Amino acid sequence: MSALTREETEALIQEVLEVYPEKARKDREKHLMVNDQSIEQSKKCITSNRKSLPGVMTVRGCAYAGSKGVVWGPIKDMIHISHGPVGCGQYSRAGRRNYYVGTTGVNTFGTMNFTSDFQEKDIVFGGDKKLAKVITEIELLFPLNKGISVQSECPIGLIGDDIEAVSKKAAKEIDKPVVPVRCEGFRGVSQSLGHHIANDAIRDWVLPRRDTQEFAGTPYDVAVIGDYNIGGDAWSSRILLEEMGLRVIAQWSGDGTIAEMEMTPNAKLNLIHCYRSMNYIARHMEEKYSIPWMEYNFFGPTKVAESLRAIAAHFDDKIKEGAERVIAKYQAMMDEVIAKYKPRLQGKRVMLYVGGLRPRHVIGAYEDLGMEVVGTGYEFGHNDDYDRTIKDMGNATLIYDDVTGFEFEEFVKRVKPDLIGAGIKEKYIFQKMGVPFRQMHSWDYSGPYHGYDGFAIFARDMDMTINNPCWGKMIAPWLKPAEPEALKAAA
Amino acid sequence: MALRQCAIYGKGGIGKSTTTQNLVAALAESGKKVMIVGCDPKADSTRLILHSKAQNSVMELAAEAGSVEDLELEDVLSVGFGGIKCVESGGPEPGVGCAGRGVITAINFLEEEGAYDDELDFVFYDVLGDVVCGGFAMPIRENKAQEIYIVCSGEMMAMYAANNIAKGIVKYANSGSVRLAGLICNSRQTDREDELIEALARMLGTQMIHFIPRANSVQHAEIRRMTVIEYDPTNPQADEYRQLANKIVNNKKFVIPTPITMDELEALLMEFGIMEVEDASIIGKKAAEIAA
Repeated sequence: MSALTREETEALIQEVLEVYPEKARKDREKHLMVNDQSIEQSKKCITSNRKSLPGVMTVRGCAYAGSKGVVWGPIKDMIHISHGPVGCGQYSRAGRRNYYVGTTGVNTFGTMNFTSDFQEKDIVFGGDKKLAKVITEIELLFPLNKGISVQSECPIGLIGDDIEAVSKKAAKEIDKPVVPVRCEGFRGVSQSLGHHIANDAIRDWVLPRRDTQEFAGTPYDVAVIGDYNIGGDAWSSRILLEEMGLRVIAQWSGDGTIAEMEMTPNAKLNLIHCYRSMNYIARHMEEKYSIPWMEYNFFGPTKVAESLRAIAAHFDDKIKEGAERVIAKYQAMMDEVIAKYKPRLQGKRVMLYVGGLRPRHVIGAYEDLGMEVVGTGYEFGHNDDYDRTIKDMGNATLIYDDVTGFEFEEFVKRVKPDLIGAGIKEKYIFQKMGVPFRQMHSWDYSGPYHGYDGFAIFARDMDMTINNPCWGKMIAPWLKPAEPEALKAAA
Repeated sequence: MALRQCAIYGKGGIGKSTTTQNLVAALAESGKKVMIVGCDPKADSTRLILHSKAQNSVMELAAEAGSVEDLELEDVLSVGFGGIKCVESGGPEPGVGCAGRGVITAINFLEEEGAYDDELDFVFYDVLGDVVCGGFAMPIRENKAQEIYIVCSGEMMAMYAANNIAKGIVKYANSGSVRLAGLICNSRQTDREDELIEALARMLGTQMIHFIPRANSVQHAEIRRMTVIEYDPTNPQADEYRQLANKIVNNKKFVIPTPITMDELEALLMEFGIMEVEDASIIGKKAAEIAA
């Protein structure tokens, strides 16, 4: 169904590469591929997780963004200090739609910005005294916080502040966990290393805290890991797991708490939604606590049913029956959604460019609506992500890693998709080019998109974007070709 | 006379601060208007001029006031012997923060506040021994010091450091107006020290501008937190500093240095008998192996 043949797609890549200077062309060539489902290992045909070239307008973030913005930020009952100058924390404040329940400023702090607000003197004399003071003040002003994390901005790594020593001392004083995180923005090539560093901090400073504590477990205890509750995604996922008879003992980290994280080693199975950002901690728990883990996908009824069955396969018949019951329960609702939207969306072609999970996970949801994903790519994926993607994408489709501003625009001009799903930096460029666009990081202020409830919203949003009458009004009346006189007369 | 900005570099402990202050005192005595900017977190570059333990530094005062913008020039500028203006950039205690950033902040502050007024004849930057990061190269960047004097002695490590500093100067000289103006030999009474430093200076393309003999009177003055010039103006050592001052006033030899290789430096040291001629057969051999 893909409009371009393999040869045409290959030619398109070559044509786009032609404008680069030789060094850049050599580098970018490795990040672009035409999909071939028969390939077993992506490393043979695509390179990922490498430094971006200067000047290409990458949309990647930094290690601080990966730790504070993604992994730690959503833990709602902790206070996350952006340690360093004010900008990193303030310009990213509440930027991710991690919904949570609680009273902000009293027992939850998700949308607030806490920073040590470095000045010249803190750089010269070191910021550790100030950090200690910030923690003391936080404890005084927000006594219901359940812990503090110290998210390092770039200068911390340069001046060598001993945030570990301050954290240990402060933790004793306030009798709560204080977690130092060395996620200085200059580390690594993208936010991806920040995820890893954040996972390691959880491993070292959070998980062992209740290792010796008794826990009233059940055989059906699971943890949901790597769902950041964008627009309520974790909630529409969690109810399905609970309906099939499982007990969700922890939710990471969207609408999550530190107590849940500490309890996670008691789970019987770790369910990983965002593999890219949380696989490290899942692997650690597998090694240390022998907890199996699996990646699941709750986008679109086909993938939801597939995942519910795969999760149930780890448990007894009661859960397996529960899964079938849940799938059956929502079948009619899903049929109705598809009956309503599929005729309006059938055959529409989509290009995606998202972070580390959705470029492959949402493919099934589009297919449920009769749509086809003809191009996809990751901002900060690694080759294990591309390994998984090759199987989900059709043959001869475009796959692009850390796509550049130029490449993405050229691909869109030639592939002419009916919809693009990417982030805020791409949104207005493509809308101005007259291409329908959905933000697939924040769900464009909508959501949830996970689970059965989410799919209904997803389908509606895609329809109202693609079939919006505004796209027919992109040409000014005086620039339209004149209508023949005969037609006018007939009217 | 236009303002001349000079920076004094050299290996740690070689006597940069003592030499600078005695030199500046001699310049002041001859009627020159001089300022010293200490670029070392230890803040001991002005104590002999001010008779104080350590002057309040720019960064220290900025930390107290809130930020450097809250300071006025007169808060940080002290006037000592012979009308010499003194400023210390200051910085953190060892092991924390960023001393280099302190130097950058302090020098920018002095420039913005107009510390370098038209009446001044000389500014001397007394810089931390090791140029460990960009901050300590601040005094030799564009529009700062144009003349660099390296204090050294006939000891191997002092000469090694002098050559390294020359390498640093080349980097900035090619893109700006900074030049090497000479080596000041602060004697450690090693053999043929003056000849050795003169030879090194020739190889670097510069001059040994003055040989300062070792004299206890410097220490006697220092115990009293004074320069020799002030403590005992008739002492012969005071005349040495006066000679150095006079040579600097009349100095015209500003060069882009030609640093030498490690091999060349070693050859020079061997020539003067400071280093044994290398016996290649003993390299990497343990004591037991040699005995066997």
